[in-house]
Amino acid sequence: MGVSSNPAVGHEPYLAPRGKVGDFLARLRGGDEIAHLLTLIFAAGVILITSLLVYELWINSALSRHTFGWKFFVTSVWDPVFNHFGALPFLYGTVITTVVALIIAVPLGVGAAIFLAELAPPRASDMLAFVIDLLAAVPSVIYGVLGIFVVVPFVRTALGPFLESTFGFLPLFKGPSYGLGVLTASLVLTIMIIPFIISVSREVLMAVPVDQREAALALGATRWESTIRVVVPFASTGIAGSIFLAMARALGETMAVTMVIGNDPRISASLLAPGYSIAAVIANEFTEATGALYLQALIELGLVLFLVTFILNGLARLLIVATEQRGGGTPA
Amino acid sequence: MASVSPVRNAETENMNRQPDNARDAAPSLAKPPEAPAVASSSLRFKVSKLKVFYGSKEVLHGIDLEISSNVVTALIGPSGCGKSTFLRSLNRMNETVRHARLEGQILLDGDNVLNMDVVRLRRRVGMVFQRPNPFPKSIFDNVAYGLRINGCKEKMSDAVEHSLRRAALWEEVKDQLHKSAYALSGGQQQRLCIARALAVDPEVLLLDEPCSALDPVTTAKIEELLFQLKPTCTIVIVTHNMQQAARASDFTAFLLEGNLIEFQKTPKLFTTPSDPRTEAYITGRFG
Repeated sequence: MGVSSNPAVGHEPYLAPRGKVGDFLARLRGGDEIAHLLTLIFAAGVILITSLLVYELWINSALSRHTFGWKFFVTSVWDPVFNHFGALPFLYGTVITTVVALIIAVPLGVGAAIFLAELAPPRASDMLAFVIDLLAAVPSVIYGVLGIFVVVPFVRTALGPFLESTFGFLPLFKGPSYGLGVLTASLVLTIMIIPFIISVSREVLMAVPVDQREAALALGATRWESTIRVVVPFASTGIAGSIFLAMARALGETMAVTMVIGNDPRISASLLAPGYSIAAVIANEFTEATGALYLQALIELGLVLFLVTFILNGLARLLIVATEQRGGGTPA
Repeated sequence: MASVSPVRNAETENMNRQPDNARDAAPSLAKPPEAPAVASSSLRFKVSKLKVFYGSKEVLHGIDLEISSNVVTALIGPSGCGKSTFLRSLNRMNETVRHARLEGQILLDGDNVLNMDVVRLRRRVGMVFQRPNPFPKSIFDNVAYGLRINGCKEKMSDAVEHSLRRAALWEEVKDQLHKSAYALSGGQQQRLCIARALAVDPEVLLLDEPCSALDPVTTAKIEELLFQLKPTCTIVIVTHNMQQAARASDFTAFLLEGNLIEFQKTPKLFTTPSDPRTEAYITGRFG
């Protein structure tokens, strides 16, 4: 009853002393404490799930970790019969497909976003953005099918031979092209991540304040000068964010990559040769992994994928922080 | 120099009044506001029958106005009277608004603005906006931006210093040119925007309520700055603050609902307005 002290008594009726419990109950009634507690639980849940994930991967790969140690990362033999397991070919396949896909997708995606945000008529831009968001939601197995029926024949009959005859002196494009391979997987990944880059970059570019554009135009900048020197730098942090999102998807993409990469655990300098990725090997071999060591090696691969994603994301964030400090700070 | 005759003295002072020679306005500061400037001014903008439409809505209904060089012309009027729209017509910034349309004629030194290359026009007619809008770059790069897009590469640091001095900001920022512009106060940011506009050496400077987000002390600084810029620049300022118009301008135009009601020398407009609506507005009966 101390909580509801009579407001008519004393100089400070609403601040009347009511003890710690009374204070807490009053705030509880106001909803502050409940909201604080609930949101804290939700936020803690994210950390809890992440920790649990790492913990499970760590515990369940103990046998593999003890057997191979650090050699797991540098050996390229993958032999379930003799129980020799090395992660290098998968690590290489995952990183190379992601890097190649980003090299192609970033300029295309950012360029398209600039067009949609700055140059296209607003109605056309909105319509296209809707289609692009749809593309981002297409299940990856559909992209895999697209890869098999369109990209694989294209690489086998047109792109592969062309690259081999033109740039064949580079180890990167040496050898025959079977259609299935690292380059094909990269191209399918490119198609999959471009919608992410376009969609997020476009939103970020459109959110750049009008007064920034006007400031540049009023100084006699052309529309292109104002876009490329003011609007895009202003939005650069957000554009980088869209690229991370795309990178995360490319690193973890399983189905579409499995369908076109060739599933061959060998490291080849040529992009035309078949390869393998971490996500693909886990999906393909998990059900057949009979021995305990085999299973645990696959789980350790999962742990490695987690670490690779974590490290690449961290590096990219560091890059952003560095460029921001050099560039004179972010807008408030 | 001590033996200079009084006649010579008068001559040098006359030369200082010339807009092209007088970089800093110190000699003319002691004079009463309108006397020296008006004496050397000529016609810069001639606006006739200017109508502006946003979509099907007509916001300016045929405005005729002549703006002289090397004076401060203020545009006053209640919110929505079209004063900003008028100002933004002078450097065709209205074209960035979708479905904006313009009729009539605007002559800048005898050339029709509407037929001019818009990029050229905006390099001759600079603009400062209501809210300070520096780029998220260093102070130096903000001022240098206009020079860089003009392809100027030589003596960048001299030009930047000169512009910052003209905007009366140099002393405050000379040791932190490479800090972010966002680290400055609101008033400093607005003077930085003025310096940025001045860097490309415009003939006309348009200011769209430049002090509406600033405190009185900073406002006074900017008004002082306008006064100093007069010998080298034609200034048109939109303000909703009548005291500011009375203090800082030589001519004042009063707009109401898209019509020009009255255009006079500032002291006359504020003491003996000829239109009853002007009188009602300046005495605070509406607006």
